[in-house]
Amino acid sequence: MQIVTASHRDGQWTVVTVAGELDVVGGPDLRQAVMREVAQGNHHLVLDLTSVDFVDSFGLGVIVGALKRTRLLDGDLRLVVPEPRLRRVFEVCDLDRVFALHDDVAAARE
Amino acid sequence: MSPDSPAGDEMAVADFRPGEIVLEIPARTEYVSLVRVVVAAAAEIEPDMDSDRIEDLRVAVSEAATNAIEAHDLHGVSDRVRIQCNLADEEVAVVVHDQGMGFEPDEVPQLPEPDTPERLLHESGLGVHLMQMLADESEISATETGTDVRLVVYSSKRRRKGDALPEEI
Repeated sequence: MQIVTASHRDGQWTVVTVAGELDVVGGPDLRQAVMREVAQGNHHLVLDLTSVDFVDSFGLGVIVGALKRTRLLDGDLRLVVPEPRLRRVFEVCDLDRVFALHDDVAAARE
Repeated sequence: MSPDSPAGDEMAVADFRPGEIVLEIPARTEYVSLVRVVVAAAAEIEPDMDSDRIEDLRVAVSEAATNAIEAHDLHGVSDRVRIQCNLADEEVAVVVHDQGMGFEPDEVPQLPEPDTPERLLHESGLGVHLMQMLADESEISATETGTDVRLVVYSSKRRRKGDALPEEI
């Protein structure tokens, strides 16, 4: 199953739509997708995790790595995580202090 | 299991307990999602386990299973990883047993504070933290043959009962 289902430019932001399970299997695919976007000059990314069913520490690590890559290039990374079940995993690891977690893409772009 | 058992890597029948589900998987990452599915489905059998707690269990067990598979891979162990799931009143206990070379949770480096720039240098190291935070009981112990990770998740109902206990009896 493809972990990144779509990607489109929206102003300065590139919205990457992610689906499925962000674990040791799906995580590397997201890492590759982020590296492709960054290599194409897209340094302001919104990761839309609305359709993600599961995230564990591997997936969180990939997202932290994505933030690091974009910020090194004066970009940024924002997250759309409307599902409380998924938010809880970020919160337990205090990553809600690293990322702002948004309810939808429009809020993430503001 | 005794070392002179004729059954090799098979468990003796006496190892099974009523209410226990045992799953043995090849030590390959593709099987982690299967572990999550089986453990979550087993937990749903326990009538008091609610969806939030089953989700916590899913994440915690996923961490343990991933670590076990990586331990086998790191040490070239071809044996299967064993997952035992025990249902009891208002709790589910899972033991993930690997045959890697052992694991010392105290050796996991502490992560910098989340809002410091140094935090972004660390893309791994959250697994043990997640297990400890999401499970009501978590124990990592080295055995003669590898590592056992024991995770126990209580139902929300049982947690509320615990909260209601008087502080001083």
